[in-house]
Amino acid sequence: MIKIIYDGTAETTSHKEVFANTIESLMNEDDRVIFLDADLMNSSGMYKLWKEKPERVINCGVAEANMMGIAAGLSAVGRTPYVHTFGPFASRRCFDQVFLSIGYAGNSVRIYGSDAGVTAEFNGGTHMPFEDMTLMRAIPGAHVFDLADGVQFESVIRAVKDLPGVTYMRSTRKQYRKIYEKGSAFEIGKGCLLNEGTDISIIACGLMVSEAMLAADLLKDEGISAEVIDMFTVKPIDKDLIVKTAKKTGAVVTSENHNVIGGLGDAVAACLMEENVAVPFRKHGVQDLFGQVGPINYLKEVYGLTAKALAETCKKVLKEKKQ
Amino acid sequence: MDKKKEQNLKVFAARIRLETARMVCNLGFGHLGGALSVVDALAVLYGDVMRFDAENPTWEDRDLLVMSKGHAGPSLYATLAMKNFFPMEWLDTLNCPGTRLPSHCDRNLTPGVDMTTGSLGQGTSTAVGMALGKKLDGKTNRVFLFVGDGECNEGQVWEAAMFAAQHKLDNMIWLIDLNGKQLDGKLSDVIDLRDIRQKFEDFGFAAVSIDGHDVVAIRDAIDSVGSVKDKPGCIVLNTVKGKGVPYVENIELNHHLRFTPEQIEKIMCEAEEGLRNAEKEACGD
Repeated sequence: MIKIIYDGTAETTSHKEVFANTIESLMNEDDRVIFLDADLMNSSGMYKLWKEKPERVINCGVAEANMMGIAAGLSAVGRTPYVHTFGPFASRRCFDQVFLSIGYAGNSVRIYGSDAGVTAEFNGGTHMPFEDMTLMRAIPGAHVFDLADGVQFESVIRAVKDLPGVTYMRSTRKQYRKIYEKGSAFEIGKGCLLNEGTDISIIACGLMVSEAMLAADLLKDEGISAEVIDMFTVKPIDKDLIVKTAKKTGAVVTSENHNVIGGLGDAVAACLMEENVAVPFRKHGVQDLFGQVGPINYLKEVYGLTAKALAETCKKVLKEKKQ
Repeated sequence: MDKKKEQNLKVFAARIRLETARMVCNLGFGHLGGALSVVDALAVLYGDVMRFDAENPTWEDRDLLVMSKGHAGPSLYATLAMKNFFPMEWLDTLNCPGTRLPSHCDRNLTPGVDMTTGSLGQGTSTAVGMALGKKLDGKTNRVFLFVGDGECNEGQVWEAAMFAAQHKLDNMIWLIDLNGKQLDGKLSDVIDLRDIRQKFEDFGFAAVSIDGHDVVAIRDAIDSVGSVKDKPGCIVLNTVKGKGVPYVENIELNHHLRFTPEQIEKIMCEAEEGLRNAEKEACGD
């Protein structure tokens, strides 16, 4: 059950705290749970636990490929590894190790790639993952999540504990806007309908979920009724909900803090095509660009990841619907 | 090691060689050179060292083996078949469509194969993860890891080595197959490893360098590096690529080979002769 408490205000707890607290709690509940990081304990919120429980929290040093392999080996001998590093280092830097040592070899590892997209802020282009979901989606059987708030993040961290294969969760380490009431439990692979609408559907994930809610408000002021869906499970994607909302509103815009190539937008587009649902459609997100340094609000403007830009995209699509 | 045991291990090794040659020759192509160079170490491990139960290949208390140079799969398969992990007939299916014995090792397909390997370097980290898990659990399982010399070009090998030393994984032994050649030729012409034993010692291992075809030396080295507390062990096996089949030994680029019927006849004759000699030595004693 989920309960929506969105009111446009920011969360009070950082996702880094959510992550550290949830992992510690899982360790207390399950002896098999083990955590690995690559010299980012202090960044992932796990530093204290690393000092307290060195037998459960393993620092692999600055060696992400090795960390993924070690996690795979731990899985092979019956452990339940969770690993963290920044998104680009958790995905493109060690893609072959994630693909083969974990995925192909039949091991099970849960990966938190932090600083999703523009939330990498001042670390800039080298640390700014706009393609991590593209890569992870291409791994057979992988589960890919872009989390919209800390409540959802906690629920998903718990829900993926016994999932087989590669699990990839991306989020900020800071706060987003709050969306869900504490204790909401999410079903993997099922999108969340946040706002009912009749004119157009916005299917968003991660950072862009609250922007979509804001965009719906902006559109409402212009007499446009926008449906908003939080598609936090990007793979496997909720086909039923996509088809249902597209048929209901007759127009779809996806929104993601990620390159539009290979992410949520492509997953939704493929679903619509394969299900023979022809509606005006746009992928709103990073338009095939690299990252750069800057504060988050600046970066959101630069890449068009704002409610205003999203609302404009929706209006363009609505014009096509009318033609 | 008493003489009888030594002779038995030599016969076992010669049988592994013959079956390995037969598998690859049946197919007509394969990684015969690097499969043959590790055979004596495999014979010692499965014949005299490792704890395993062929009827229960995933037995929790077994010793684990990771063939990080995954292209040596055929000699591992021959060894496992002779130790009854699966029927000998499976060996005829090497690399055929739908086989359970692919060119490179796959833990999801082959009983007794503990880790999927083939993308060089990756087996080192997974083996380290297995050793770490067992050590943290307070278990006595040991992990044996074969690493190719060419494979040591991969940076991941050294990441895994540093981690193994840092975490004092004295429950694992790395066996470096120093046959002196990688796919494109001599190590010295591609990437020279220089003193590889010294490198592992500098990385924090208890490291020795031995004749990788001497079963007594292999057994002794396992005992010596395996008994050093708080350090992972490393045995540099000085080997010959294609060992036991002179025709293959003498081919300059013998990493992956494709054979004519005439060559196959020669290879099989030489492998059979190797077994006859080992058996003769065992009987004559």
